Amino acid sequence: MNIHEYQAKQIFREYGVTVPQGTPAFSVDEAVKAAEELGGELWVVKAQIHAGGRGKAGGVKLAKSLDEVREIATELLGSTLVTHQTGPEGQVVRRLYVESGVDISRELYLGMVVDRARDGVVLMASTEGGVDIEDVAEKTPEKIHKVFIDSLTGMADFQGRQVAFALGLEGKAVFKAVKFMKALYRLFVEKDASIVEINPLVVTGSGDLIALDAKVNFDDNALYRHADVEALRDVSEEDPAELEAKKHGLSYVSLDGNIGCMVNGAGLAMGTMDIISHYGGEPANFLDVGGGATKETVAEAFKIITQDEAVKVIFINIFGGIMKCDVIADGVVNAVQEVGLKVPLVVRLAGTNVELGKKILKESPFDIVSADSMADGARKAIELTQG
Amino acid sequence: MSVMVDESTRLIVQGITGSVGSFHTEQMIEYGTNVVGGVTPGKSGQKVHGAPVFDTVAEAVAETQCNASVIYVPPPFAADAIMEAADAGVELIVAITEGVPVQDMITVVRYLKDKNVRLLGPNCPGVISPGKCKIGIMPGHIHLPGNVGVVSRSGTLTYEAVGQLTALGIGQSTCIGIGGDPINGMNFIDALELFENDPDTEAVVMIGEIGGTAEEEAAEWVKANMSKPVAGFIAGASAPPGKRMGHAGAIISGGKGTAEEKFKAMEAAGIAVSRSPAEIGETLKKAMG
Repeated sequence: MNIHEYQAKQIFREYGVTVPQGTPAFSVDEAVKAAEELGGELWVVKAQIHAGGRGKAGGVKLAKSLDEVREIATELLGSTLVTHQTGPEGQVVRRLYVESGVDISRELYLGMVVDRARDGVVLMASTEGGVDIEDVAEKTPEKIHKVFIDSLTGMADFQGRQVAFALGLEGKAVFKAVKFMKALYRLFVEKDASIVEINPLVVTGSGDLIALDAKVNFDDNALYRHADVEALRDVSEEDPAELEAKKHGLSYVSLDGNIGCMVNGAGLAMGTMDIISHYGGEPANFLDVGGGATKETVAEAFKIITQDEAVKVIFINIFGGIMKCDVIADGVVNAVQEVGLKVPLVVRLAGTNVELGKKILKESPFDIVSADSMADGARKAIELTQG
Repeated sequence: MSVMVDESTRLIVQGITGSVGSFHTEQMIEYGTNVVGGVTPGKSGQKVHGAPVFDTVAEAVAETQCNASVIYVPPPFAADAIMEAADAGVELIVAITEGVPVQDMITVVRYLKDKNVRLLGPNCPGVISPGKCKIGIMPGHIHLPGNVGVVSRSGTLTYEAVGQLTALGIGQSTCIGIGGDPINGMNFIDALELFENDPDTEAVVMIGEIGGTAEEEAAEWVKANMSKPVAGFIAGASAPPGKRMGHAGAIISGGKGTAEEKFKAMEAAGIAVSRSPAEIGETLKKAMG
């Protein structure tokens, strides 16, 4: 799960990780009021969307007067921001964050992720802050310092010092940095984060360390033990169809094509998309109904697919293991009865009770195209998009 | 022969009194697996499909001399169940549970580090040596005893591949589902090593998916160590970056973990690659010559 920068910074504050003074704003007046209350002569007005690359896209702006704050807030609120992470359709700005300006001396990078190859959390730091860290990793990997953290001990002071010295910090800043990194690791573990990233982490003119930006993602599987995190969810930033699917225990990702897919199991669901692409078609979605799907979940999945107006053909590919083909077939027939069938439907069934399942589909009053294999099903579905 | 599990496997089921655990206990017994007991704290004395239930894994080990455990407990308790089995000295632990938090798995893997135990999963279909022993949730009837080892990160896509093999008359020695989570127990290399050393496994099918670099590392290993033919497929060539495709570990992030990179690594290692998931069986058949 993703949250906004201002929410991430609130969590940083709870852990003693220093961030600039700031206030979220949902309207232009609120933004101006926020700046007024923060005081000072320099503010940063930041668009809050769940995507990186906001600065380059014009979503982060400096204001030197309250009038400028008003001007920028008016311009940003309601506008659509297109960054390299939003896709070409962009993301509408609904929230702003107004911060006090900071006296920046150096910009660094600090991040923590789960390293799958080493089965633990790894801290990454770089002197190249404020730029795209993926570029740094590709072009100058030697500028990224990595420290693997043992889950038994947590982050050790010496590891923090190694990183601090590698970043070129001196004097008191070294010890501040150690404290900073340890707090960040504690946050990562206690909140079940999957990514924590500060880009840039700045050294101020007076030698303090401040997180100028903050990105935190959370492990969806651990949200059940973090009601406080779940409460930060901004549904307007998420795909409504994906949210609806999640409610019914389905895993759905919308794509750009025109063949709607319903599959059991994530691997086979990806495989189904792949074989459609392999034969020159375009999948409209990834949809995994899971191993324990019932008639009801199949019906819900069917509804979600048919709501996508781009879908010209539906392809259901089920390899029944624990899930029996006759149950799926019943669910499909029920769903068609309930929501109607406006586009051709291709169904491939295999595995447990396959004959029974095929019989149910054949005897239904609907025109359902049966396929013998996933290749056969994909070909038939593609053909039908062209008809 | 086969690897990991066979007629000598004595299995207990953790979470045996739950609906999922009980259902699969019956399925496994029906297949011929020797289920010697089960564990649900507070429910000792009961029997589930003839298997005695114990309060703790330690008791189950003492009473049944089990050497394997399968875990069907819900995600919040799965990590604890794995560690309990390891502490009791169970040699093989198969965790089926989907949705275990990553931090829990980091703790588990660290805990298992100095113990003589093999963990398969979590979020996996389990392991089966056709005709001998089935531990997990896969449909037994699609398998055929034989000489091809299968290792995969996916569940149903593995069934698809196994179905293709069986349809071609190619039987399997053992099929291992390592699971779709980012932090887990056995990996591809562990499975490939077992197959390489198993005299009755003649070839291997390896099915990966987008996310992480486990397939690339496995390809390197195959190139350096494997004498038997390997055929492979990677799921997710058509998946967009930055989107999690169902499995917690199936995500292309920061431009890393794409299917194309993995296909290339496999080809470079001499693995016979199938670009279509419908031709995995045929690809292996050709590779076996």
